[in-house]
Amino acid sequence: MLRPMPRMPSRLNRTEMSMRDKIWQINWSLIAVLTSISAIGFATLYSAAQGSMEPWALKQMVRFAIGIGLMITVAMVDLRFWMRHAYTFYGIAMVLLVAVEVKGTVGMGAQRWIDIGFIQLQPSELMKIALILSLSRYFHGASIQEIGRPLFLIPPLIMVFTPAALVLKQPDLGTAMMLVLSSGALFFMAGVRMWKFVLVIAGGMGAVPVAWQFLREYQRKRVLIFMNPEDDPLGAGYHITQSKIALGSGGVFGKGYMMGTQSRLNFLPEKQTDFIFTMFAEEWGMMGGLVLLGLYALLMAYGYAIAMRCRSQFGRLVAHGITTTFFLYFFINTAMVMGLVPVVGVPLPLISYGGTAMLSLLLGWGLVMSAYIHRDVPISRRGMSDD
Amino acid sequence: MYHDNDRAKMFSRRALMLAGGKATLMGALAARMYYLQVMEADKYSVQAEDNRISTRLLAPPRGLILDRNGIAMAVNQHNYRVMVVAEQTPSLDYTLDALSKIISIGDGDRARIHKEVRRRRSFVPLSVRENLTWEEVARVEVNAADLPGVIIDVGQSRYYPLESLGAHILGYVSAVSEAELSGDPLEELPGFRIGKGGVERVYDLALRGKAGTSSLEVNSVGRVIRELERKEGEPGVDLNLTLDMKLQEYAAQRLGDESAAVVVMDIHTGDVLVMASTPSFDPNSFNRGLSGEEWKELSTNPRSPLTNKAIGGTFAPGSTFKLVTALAALEARDITPEMRVFCSGHTQLGSIKFHCWKKEGHGAQDLVSGIKNSCDVYFYEVARRVGYEKIAEMAKRFGMGAPTGIDLPGEKSGIIPNKAWKRAALKQPWHPGETLINAIGQGYVTATAMQLATMTARIANGGFAVIPHVARDQITEKSARPRTAPAWPSLDVSRQSIALVRKGMFAVSNEPGGTAYKARISQEGMWLSGKTGSAQVRRITMRERETGVKKNDQLPWKERDHALFVAYAPEENPRYSIAVIVEHGGGGSAVAAPIARDIMIEVQKRDMARVASDSTAPGTPPDLRRF
Repeated sequence: MLRPMPRMPSRLNRTEMSMRDKIWQINWSLIAVLTSISAIGFATLYSAAQGSMEPWALKQMVRFAIGIGLMITVAMVDLRFWMRHAYTFYGIAMVLLVAVEVKGTVGMGAQRWIDIGFIQLQPSELMKIALILSLSRYFHGASIQEIGRPLFLIPPLIMVFTPAALVLKQPDLGTAMMLVLSSGALFFMAGVRMWKFVLVIAGGMGAVPVAWQFLREYQRKRVLIFMNPEDDPLGAGYHITQSKIALGSGGVFGKGYMMGTQSRLNFLPEKQTDFIFTMFAEEWGMMGGLVLLGLYALLMAYGYAIAMRCRSQFGRLVAHGITTTFFLYFFINTAMVMGLVPVVGVPLPLISYGGTAMLSLLLGWGLVMSAYIHRDVPISRRGMSDD
Repeated sequence: MYHDNDRAKMFSRRALMLAGGKATLMGALAARMYYLQVMEADKYSVQAEDNRISTRLLAPPRGLILDRNGIAMAVNQHNYRVMVVAEQTPSLDYTLDALSKIISIGDGDRARIHKEVRRRRSFVPLSVRENLTWEEVARVEVNAADLPGVIIDVGQSRYYPLESLGAHILGYVSAVSEAELSGDPLEELPGFRIGKGGVERVYDLALRGKAGTSSLEVNSVGRVIRELERKEGEPGVDLNLTLDMKLQEYAAQRLGDESAAVVVMDIHTGDVLVMASTPSFDPNSFNRGLSGEEWKELSTNPRSPLTNKAIGGTFAPGSTFKLVTALAALEARDITPEMRVFCSGHTQLGSIKFHCWKKEGHGAQDLVSGIKNSCDVYFYEVARRVGYEKIAEMAKRFGMGAPTGIDLPGEKSGIIPNKAWKRAALKQPWHPGETLINAIGQGYVTATAMQLATMTARIANGGFAVIPHVARDQITEKSARPRTAPAWPSLDVSRQSIALVRKGMFAVSNEPGGTAYKARISQEGMWLSGKTGSAQVRRITMRERETGVKKNDQLPWKERDHALFVAYAPEENPRYSIAVIVEHGGGGSAVAAPIARDIMIEVQKRDMARVASDSTAPGTPPDLRRF
C-alpha cells in the first residue's frame, strides 16, 4: 500500500529546490492509483457505448492525458506560488461564476457551463479548488488564538457562502453542498472550535424550513421522492428505482462486462455520467464495487498521509481539503445511486464522463502532489520562506 | 515558528477524527452495497428481468369446423394486412398519401390511424387495412421502395367456404366486446376474434386453442431487441358436426325462396343431419365488414335471414300437435282407439261453434282415421274428454315448451300453455274453448321445427327422450372424444299408444285419402309416415265462413297459413325424423309434405351409400388447416 516515507534527506529541508529534486519527488504510486481509477472509467464508458470508443471513452482518455500533464505541471510549481496567488485564483473563479450567471449556456435545466471556445467550462468545478486554496491561505497565517475570535471567521464565511449561493442559484444543489461541506471540513481542520460547529449545524437544521422555500420545484420533488422512491416509480422516482434494480440484480459477481441489461436496454438513466457507478456495479457486482471503493480509500490514505507530512499549515490544509472534496464527490455520488441520499448532480470522480470535473480533480491532485513535493518547505505567514 | 507545533498536533488529531468519520461513511457504502447486491439481489434480479422481458402471445390457429363427412365448413385464411410504422415514415400523411394511390384507404381508416398513432409508441405497427387481395398485396410489394414504413403482415381470418350454407349453425367470429372478456390472455390480442352465435360460440373455448408465447427482450421504451424464447401454442380442437352438408345443400335448394326451416335428425342418436333455415346469409360478409345497406337489408328483411328458424322461430304447430293430444288421451285411457266421433264439419261448445278444416265434415272417425284425415272435430272431442292439462304434460314430455337442449345458442322454448301459464302470463282464466283450440295446435301453442323433429323422433324411437345435437363428438376444452352410446331415458309411454299413433301417421302418408298421400314415398324400404299441419295465423270471421273461406294464394303473404309436416322413415325400421315448417307457406299437405318427401328420399339414399362405404369415410384434408 503506502510505501514507507524515506527519512527526509537534509538537503530537501530548504527553501529552494531544483527541478531535478522535484521530479525525483513525484509520487508515482499516487499517479498509478489515479490512473487505475480512471482506467475503470474508460472501460465502463466503453461498455456504456455498447462496446465502442465513441462517443465517450476516447474523449475521456484524451482529457485524462491532458489532466495528468496538467497535474504534474501543477505539482512542479512551488507551493508558495499557489499560496501567493490563492486569492487571485479565487477572484478568477468568482468572475467566471458570475459570468455563467450572466451569459451561461443552459444545460440540463441549469446554468452551469460557460463556452470559452475549446472547452465548455464549469466554473463551479474550478471554484471547488480555488476556495480550498484561498481558505487554506487565510487560515495558514492564523494562530489558534486568532481562530478563536468569532470576528476572524467572518471573511472566510463570506468567501464560502458567496460562491455557494451563486451555485445554488444556477441551480446546482450538489455543488453548493460540496462547497459548504468541504469548507466546513477545512474550518474544522484549521482549528475552529467544536461548539461553533454544533451551533452552526443546529442553526442549519433550524434553517431547513426556510431553505425549503428557496428550493426549485424539481429539487423539492427529488428530496420528497428520495424519502420514498416507490411512490413514483415511473416519474421522478424512476431514476433511483431503476438504479437500485440495476445494482441489486448485479449481485455479488455482476452480470459480466458489457452484459448489464439495465444499462444496455436504457432502463438506467444517464449511465455515462451520474449513474456510471450503477452501471459498473451491475456488470461487476459487489466485488467490482468494493474494488473501486478500495481504490478510492487508497487515494484517501495517500491524501491524509501527505497532509500529515506537510510542514506548512497551508500544505496540510490544501492536501486535506482536496482529499475531502474528492471524498465528498464519490461518497455523495455512490450514496445517491444507492438511494442513501437524494439525487443531486454530483459525478463519480475520475470515472463519470465530463471534462471540467476530470481536469479540476486532477488539478486538485496536482496541488496535493505539490504539497508533497514541497512538504518540508517552511512557509511564512505571508507566503515567504520562514528563514 | 510560533505555535506551529500546537497547530500540527491539532491538525493530526482532527485529521484522525475526520478520517474516522470518512471510514465510517465508506463502511456505510459497503454495507449498502451488501444490502442491495446480496440481501435484496433476488428481488432486484426479478425486477430487472421484468423490465427486460416482455412476453407476447401468439395466436394459435382456430380449430376447423367440418361436416360429418369431412367437408370443411369453417377454415382459416391468411389475412394480409398492410401496416404502417410511424417512425419509419418521413411523415405519416406522406406515406398514407402514397399508399392511397396504390390501394384504397377510406377517410375513416385515416382518422383511426391518426388517432391510434397518438396513443401508441411510434415503432408499433398500425393496421391500415385488412383482408387485402393478392393483387393489392402484390401492388404494395412492388412499390415498397416508395412506401417507407409500410409493411405487409399476415394474420389469420375465418373463412366459411360454403358461404350461406349452414351459416346459422356455424355462427361467426368477431372482436371481443368488453362484456365478453373471460380472462383468457388470448382475448387481449389485437385482432383476436371469438365465436359469436352458432357452434363457433358454443365450442369457442375448444376452437380457440391455447396461446403460445414469445419472450422478447425490450428496451426501456419497449422496442424489441430480440426474441429470447418462443413457445408455440396448441391449435384449437377441430370440430366435426353431425350435419351432412350435401343434404343440407339439397334441403336449402329444395326450400328455395321460401321462409322456412327443415330439421332432419337421427331418432336414436340425436345426430342432426340437416338444419336448414331460409333465407340465409353469408357469414363471410361479417368478417369483411358489412356496408350499412347490407346490414339494413339483413336486419329488416321480413323473412329474417339472420334468425335460425329451426331453433329460434316459434310457430303454431297446427295439426302436427294432434299426435301428442292423441297420446295424452290414449295414455290417460280417456278414449279407446275404437271410439268413434261423428264429424259434421263443426261442433258446438256452449254457444260457440268450432269448425273442422273440412266444411262438409269427415263423417264417423276413430283414432287412426282421425289422424289420417286430421279431423278437427274428432280431436275436439278427444280434448274435451282428456282435458288440456294432460295434453300439455304430454307435449312437454315429447320435447315441447322447453329448449330441446341442442348444442346451439338462441334456442327458443315455444309455448305449451295451461291454466297456470295463462293466469301468470295473461292474467285471465282458462276458457273451455281454449282446450279445443290448443289441442289442435292453434291458440297459444307454439313450437320450433327442432322441437317438432324431436317429438317425431321420440314417437318413432318408441318413446325415448332423445336429445338432438350438432357436434359429433364430446367436446371438452382440450379435446374431442367420440360420444358414448346414448341411453336415453324412457318417456313412460306405452308401446300400444305409440303404435296406434304411428298407425295413424302411416295412414296419413300411405293410405289413399290420407292428408299427405300425394307426398308419399313409393320406393320400397324408404316409406315415410307423417303428419301434416296448417297453422292458421288469422281469424276467420263468420262473414268469411258464409261467403267461403279464402284460399291461401288469395291472401297476402303475412296472412297465409304456416305449412308444417313432420315425419319419420323408413317405416319398418325408423331411423330419421324430419320437421318442415314453411312460414306462411299455405297448406301442410300441399307445400310442406312434398318438401319433406324429397328430402327424406335424399337422406335415405345417402344413408344407403354411407352404409356401403362406411369404412372409407373421408378424413380431414390436411391442407385445410391453414388454407
